[in-house]
Amino acid sequence: MRIDTRPRSHPTYIAFLVHRISGLLLALFLPLHFWALSRAIQGEAALENFLRWTDNGLVKASETLLVILLAAHLAGGLRVLALEFLGWRSSQKTLVAASAGVSLAAGLLFLLNVG
Amino acid sequence: MQETLKVSVWRGDGEGGAFQDFRVPAQANQTVLDVVTHIQRELDPTLAYRFACRVGMCGSCAMVVNGRARWTCRTHVRKVVQDGRLELRPLANLPVIRDLATDMAPFFDKWARAKGTFQPKDSADGAVPEEFHVVPPSSAKRQAADAGIECIGCGVCYASCDIVAWNGAYLGPAALNRAWTLVNDVRDGARRDRLDAVAGDAGCHACHSTQSCTERCPKGIDPSGAIAGLKRTLFWGMFGLDR
Repeated sequence: MRIDTRPRSHPTYIAFLVHRISGLLLALFLPLHFWALSRAIQGEAALENFLRWTDNGLVKASETLLVILLAAHLAGGLRVLALEFLGWRSSQKTLVAASAGVSLAAGLLFLLNVG
Repeated sequence: MQETLKVSVWRGDGEGGAFQDFRVPAQANQTVLDVVTHIQRELDPTLAYRFACRVGMCGSCAMVVNGRARWTCRTHVRKVVQDGRLELRPLANLPVIRDLATDMAPFFDKWARAKGTFQPKDSADGAVPEEFHVVPPSSAKRQAADAGIECIGCGVCYASCDIVAWNGAYLGPAALNRAWTLVNDVRDGARRDRLDAVAGDAGCHACHSTQSCTERCPKGIDPSGAIAGLKRTLFWGMFGLDR
């Protein structure tokens, strides 16, 4: 089925998509997160081995993406809360832009920290 | 030689259909409704579509023009035409009667389900309630009501809303905007019933704030803000607060 993007091509719809997709991807990541934590239960060596394996470029890049997803989901959620609880009406697009900015800034900060 | 528009018009009924191409002379000042009327009067009198006032008051001529729901009587061709082409479809999320005419009954049934009718307050002694005497236009409640009062019921928001497409029972932006208008009307006496009517799974809480309704409303109304207002009122109402 072909999805017609023409009726949906506006900033707040894209913000909705980013919020929803980032949430789904984060939910998919959760089992991996818990599995990684479970390495600690297996003993110090198991955790150490796993942490050493994660010390490569690909995993670091994935972590950065993960941090951006987390920041996007948080900022998008704060946007929705502001819209619904504070009743902001005319500044939605500014909120979308601010949400995107906060997400990217969080990702960049993480990258700087990694570097 | 006079320029022509290439117009693809969806022809069919509830069972299905296909696009039919027409060539319509381009004019300097021409609305999309003018184009449809030209086709029906000059090229194919069997084309079904709906209009009445032609001046943006009645809300009957809405269609999907090049992918977006619009009021066609106030949409100039030059603002929406793409490479000399127009694609016209009936409004989405509504049953098609024939060609460009949709059955608006489900749309207005939902207004009724959202209790979109004004229910005047009763005074105990049968006198006119005090709230009826003066409603200051500058009061916050009246301004909130006024913000959504100019809805013409064209169905553009309803056709643009993905939540309506995903959840057939969802009341939709226009009905909820109407409910919010009445919730803010100090003369109305059915506030509690109305809030109950919009609080269910098919009510305001189903909205995902994609805001296509606000983006597309030809009257510049903000149904998404109205729905957020209903959510807020219901939330604080749980704690006995009126916000």
